[in-house]
Amino acid sequence: MAEFEVEIKPENLVYGTPKLITDRIMHYCPGCSHGTIHKLVAEVIEEMGLAEKTIGVSPVGCSVFAYNYIDIDWVQAAHGRAAAVATAVKRLYPEKMVFTYQGDGDLAAIGTGESIHACNRGENIVVIYINNAIYGMTGGQMAPTTLLGMKTATTPYGRDPKLHGYPYKIADMMAHLDGVCYITRQSVHTPVNVRKAKKALRKAFENAMAGKGLSLVEFVATCNSGWKQSPVASNRWMEENMLPFYPLGDIKDI
Amino acid sequence: MKGNEVIAEAAVRYGCDGYFGYPITPQSEVMESLMEMKPWETTGMVVVQAESEVASINMVYGGAACGKRVMTSSSSPGISLMCEGISYIAGASLPCLIVNVQRGGPGLGTIQPSQSDYFQATKGGGHGDYHLIALAPNSVQEMYDFVGLGFDLAFKYRVPAMMLADGVIGQMMEKVVLDDPRPRRTDEQIEQECGDWALTGKKKERQRHVITSLELDPYAQEVVNEKLQATYRLIEANEVRYQTTATEDADYLLVAYGSSARICAKVVEMAREAGYKVGLLRPITLWPFPGKPIAELAGQVKGILSVELNSGQMIEDVRLAVNGRVPVEHYGRMGGVVYSPGEVFEALKEKIINKTK
Ligand SMILES: Cc1ncc(C[n+]2csc(CCOP(=O)(O)OP(=O)(O)O)c2C)c(N)n1
Ligand code: SF4
Ligand SMILES: [Mg+2]
Repeated sequence: MAEFEVEIKPENLVYGTPKLITDRIMHYCPGCSHGTIHKLVAEVIEEMGLAEKTIGVSPVGCSVFAYNYIDIDWVQAAHGRAAAVATAVKRLYPEKMVFTYQGDGDLAAIGTGESIHACNRGENIVVIYINNAIYGMTGGQMAPTTLLGMKTATTPYGRDPKLHGYPYKIADMMAHLDGVCYITRQSVHTPVNVRKAKKALRKAFENAMAGKGLSLVEFVATCNSGWKQSPVASNRWMEENMLPFYPLGDIKDI
Repeated sequence: MKGNEVIAEAAVRYGCDGYFGYPITPQSEVMESLMEMKPWETTGMVVVQAESEVASINMVYGGAACGKRVMTSSSSPGISLMCEGISYIAGASLPCLIVNVQRGGPGLGTIQPSQSDYFQATKGGGHGDYHLIALAPNSVQEMYDFVGLGFDLAFKYRVPAMMLADGVIGQMMEKVVLDDPRPRRTDEQIEQECGDWALTGKKKERQRHVITSLELDPYAQEVVNEKLQATYRLIEANEVRYQTTATEDADYLLVAYGSSARICAKVVEMAREAGYKVGLLRPITLWPFPGKPIAELAGQVKGILSVELNSGQMIEDVRLAVNGRVPVEHYGRMGGVVYSPGEVFEALKEKIINKTK
């Protein structure tokens, strides 16, 4: 193999850490989608010049510490209540960019009420919804989004609808609400998907600043620790099992 | 004006930035009055009818995180629902005002007046080591005044304040002296007053602000707790408020707050006419509790009756202050039933006067 030297100069740099990502070491498991999504959020805020205007609401869940990684003002919300917290921040500071970052347990189980009603009021915020079909933080229990047959700590024999009900697509439900202007489902498991997801996030942020109503960007995401799979296997499992049930693409765009 | 309506009037006049609530009897008039006043067209105050008390207290949390003057009001079952959120507000050292116009419990209980949320208001309510500054108005005027006082104290110490009213005062009509309206603080004033912690958008020249009550390291969390406790000691040293009536020569003491104190003021008159030297101490702050003046009076009187619309809650704090030096008994009614002055006078004679002669 021929030897070559790489010289890193600003002009030949094609990739870097966004300025808004802090140098704290992330606590996320290797291969977890949270880290990649954080990076996209930071890039969008930076590129839109909104760093001084943005207030993030972090949830209870693995991403509770999002506030350690993106260098903006943050408020950490009680489990499920991010949309209510964001509602007040945005109403009191209408010129600010306000977003929540929530897991599927946070948004689609304990926080269903707050999430649906923020949609219904048409709050001018962005909701970033990380659907990894599991409760990552508490050690891999069933989430409302857990697929049928999927094994978790509380469905050791697989999710049985007679016992545990069905996985549900809360984003599709929210799309029916008049206060919502944009709902899309994205993923970050391939470079192409990362690029698409970033575009979607940017659109959501633009909608909020334009006062068009609530935008929700769902990410179908991996939790390799919870799923007990390697990062590569998780990506494959997600593609084969999650995406057929949670198809990617825009659900509502007005 | 009616007690509940006066809360709305006071909020707007005080320059409150936001009210977030959910209807519940006997205090729904607070939000109804605000919606009728439309303060968003005058002072710019935001009023939101939330989908639940859980949502409204978390809206208060979000607003308080921004350094804004925000409040909610509810009644007993609604306050129970808010307790997790109140604990977060206390844990993150945020100021806000919560009004509880108490009704009878437990459970859905009655819509009639009660004082059975004393423990919840003074001992925490939610989880963790925290306190609220708890103010107990005994008139419509005080319901008006304590909106401003509650906000002032909350911001002075960065703690949540609670006005613990009851259905009697909330529904009562009285004359009220209104003070001059104050404008809401500008963004610059908020920056000046709360600029070292509030969410105002991260400027280049400062560190990011993070409002959180989470700390994984137990030693660091202990430091957070110690700071909270230091604040509470300061509040106990500076902010005890109470009122005494005819205590100078009293042989017997009534301790009562809120509507019960109104009734007991009448009992003092009746007892004095009948030749008994009875005085009244009315705690205005339920937390911090006026234990010291009660302890001092315990050196003078023969016995104390704690008069409360509950099964005996404040009596624990009275007994703690008295420390066994004189008999302390309780008289109360429950479930929304309100005693008459005559009834309390009879209880005073039976439980204290006749037993300590
Ligand atoms: C009131 C309350 N109930 C339960 C918990 C425990 N808890 C913490 S995180 C979590 C689930 C988080 O799952 P999800 O929202 O899917 O986020 P993830 O970790 O998967 O990103 C639970 C149940 C809590 N902190 N507060
Ligand atoms: S447990 Fe799952 S969601 Fe949490 S950091 Fe690890 S991979 Fe990510
Ligand atoms: Mg999850």
